[in-house]
Amino acid sequence: MDFAEIREKAVAKWEALQSSDTPVIYLGAATCGRAAGIEAVAEEIRQISKELNLNISLVEVGCIGPCFLEPLIYIQKNGSPPVCYGKITPGKIKKLLEDYLINNNPRPDLALGTLGNGRISGISGLFEYPMLKHQTRLVLRNCGIIDPDQIDHYIARDGYLGVKKALEMNSLEVIDVIKTSGIRGRGGAGFPTWKKWEICHNVQSDDKYLICNADEGDPGAFMNRSLLEGDPHAVLEGLLIGAYAIGANHGYIYIRAEYPLAIKRLEHAISQMKFYNLLGKNILGSDFSFDIKIKQGAGAFVCGEETALIASVMGKRGMPMPRPPFPAISGVWGKPTIINNVETLGTLATIMRKGGEWFAGFGSESSKGTKTFSLVGKVKQTGLIEVPLGTPLKKIIFDIGGGIADNKKFKAVQTGGPSGGCIPAELSSLPVDYESLMSAGSIMGSGGIIVLDEETCVVDVAGYFLSFIQAESCGKCSPCRIGTKVMLDILERIKSGKGEIADIDKLSSVAETIKNASLCGLGQTAPNSVLSTLRYFRSEYEAHIIDKSCPALVCKDLIKYAILEEKCAGCGLCRKKCPADAITGKKKKLHIINESICVKCGICYQVCPSKYGAVEKTTGFFDVERDF
Amino acid sequence: MKNTIKDIIKPYQGEKGSLIPILQAVQEKTGFISEDAISTIAMDMNMSEHEIYGVATFYTQFRYTKPGDHMVKVCLGTACHVRGGEQLLDRTENILNIKPGQTTLDSAFSLERVACMGCCALAPVIVVDDKIYPNVAGPKVEKIISRYSSSDEKE
Repeated sequence: MDFAEIREKAVAKWEALQSSDTPVIYLGAATCGRAAGIEAVAEEIRQISKELNLNISLVEVGCIGPCFLEPLIYIQKNGSPPVCYGKITPGKIKKLLEDYLINNNPRPDLALGTLGNGRISGISGLFEYPMLKHQTRLVLRNCGIIDPDQIDHYIARDGYLGVKKALEMNSLEVIDVIKTSGIRGRGGAGFPTWKKWEICHNVQSDDKYLICNADEGDPGAFMNRSLLEGDPHAVLEGLLIGAYAIGANHGYIYIRAEYPLAIKRLEHAISQMKFYNLLGKNILGSDFSFDIKIKQGAGAFVCGEETALIASVMGKRGMPMPRPPFPAISGVWGKPTIINNVETLGTLATIMRKGGEWFAGFGSESSKGTKTFSLVGKVKQTGLIEVPLGTPLKKIIFDIGGGIADNKKFKAVQTGGPSGGCIPAELSSLPVDYESLMSAGSIMGSGGIIVLDEETCVVDVAGYFLSFIQAESCGKCSPCRIGTKVMLDILERIKSGKGEIADIDKLSSVAETIKNASLCGLGQTAPNSVLSTLRYFRSEYEAHIIDKSCPALVCKDLIKYAILEEKCAGCGLCRKKCPADAITGKKKKLHIINESICVKCGICYQVCPSKYGAVEKTTGFFDVERDF
Repeated sequence: MKNTIKDIIKPYQGEKGSLIPILQAVQEKTGFISEDAISTIAMDMNMSEHEIYGVATFYTQFRYTKPGDHMVKVCLGTACHVRGGEQLLDRTENILNIKPGQTTLDSAFSLERVACMGCCALAPVIVVDDKIYPNVAGPKVEKIISRYSSSDEKE
């Protein structure tokens, strides 16, 4: 079967699904959807459809992005546009199916929107939904729309046309298209993709390797997971294009073991590619041959670093090596090796299909195209988003994220994961591109955006990242191994109220040393979280040191809980829930917390019914009322 | 046991750089990396035991003691951290009366802390066996653990 024939059949199959006479229910079944309970919803649909004698096809799709609305389902009836419903529980299914599928009422009051071009009266398009409206979806174009296990769905939506076009050019022409597009590595460092490729292309070698870095180690980021779970073929097609451009004959996907569903999707996708001759010898009848193997990471953040990743692929301890030689010249088994991030690869097919100029039309002067982000933390609408580079931070947080959750005050945003930093609310008009974030003391990183509100302590957040980095430091070079430990000790001291004012200078000076003298990117960026918070939130450090108080009421050693006599109704809930048995009191009488055994877990604060609000949290020498 | 390990190694023999996949397969099959497994791998792969320990201990995935019937993982990624992941871990430690890396005396539960499960939008999350529980703030964790408290009541 040649590709034209494959494509024709795929299109027919996709169109048949969309115009199906039997109702189709699409289930948002990425890891986030599963966590939110989509499997129980699916089971209920099966039960109810039997009960109501309905013939329904169920199709699993990936994540369309607004994770806070999970579990999501889309009901398509007799070929009309699928209607999306959010926060679906098994209890809601029966009524919904009866209403829509039997009584023809699509329940506009519950619907989030419709997918595709058609409309249903009373329901707007899903992409007009506030969280989705401001996005530009190039990389995520198929996520949540196609069944990731069906290569035909991908092909029907112009899949593998990018690699087909690439194979009609010579490899230098392909590199040229990518050069025109201006795309820079989406893994964090932002190195121009074409430049890396060109170096590797120019090295003569019988064997070359292209590795997809899917070791999404930034704790707080899940863009790569979502893309691999929702549209694995986009990434695999990118691998083919990259491999053809640099002349690679071996491919690896280095993926973290914590993503079992993504691994399953990839394994399945690879077997389908082989079936269609999109992998193996003489791909699509050309001279180009390539194979892809999956390597599971074993839990080491440093393996996101290129040379460490290469060591890990070769079965060794994942420790970085000094460069040069650069992997593009000598990498896996001493052969030229290119490592590209999942998102970079996931963008390539679209660039090849639509052209470099088209892609360069998105984004800002120095940062072209779109970028996916995981928008999480104290924001109302959490999830996976994609926007043109250069979009102002506040647009992401307020227009897409819907602002800060629980009516709290916006304090800062953390980008770039453990290698990044905190940007204060005052700088929220900052455009999100590689240079602007760098100048503000953070980095783009792989795309984690964590929104922090007034109840987040920046000293605690800095300490969190530092303890992460310290634990993940491979130990090879002393600035990183010893320096991060020294910094962490100082921070712990400050957090526990034992800090001295000289500690601030000590932190800065050790940070500079680590930055300048570490061997790899992990060490060189390790102090960013501390440096950026010192730069913008010095007074908060000083409050911990001088006033022995944590203004955000987070640092355990600096806060205490007390029960307010005038508010306590003696309901006893706090006493029952206290894990340390630190609360005493008779029924309907005032309860008291014994400070000496209180473990400051905060359960009493959380369980005290809001009508009483009798538990208060205070810090330092001050009243909770005091305005910090 | 020895033969199981040998069977696991077989398909990898002669393949360069296959130590990590072998260790992963052994742990998947037997639950942990035993001393016996290491010596069998060393023998079959013609490596020193030291080298294998060196590689295995570098990665957080590998365990060297038998885990409990249920694996409880508390996510401490950034999103979980700012939404109360530490308290969740404290609470879980209290309920199970063990620290991360330990197993309860009745071998029912093991506790681990993990860096990120990629469900940041639903933070904080806890994972029991392969099931992810979202938005586990407050005292919710007690209920979740109690569902698994008797080994035969596995979900």
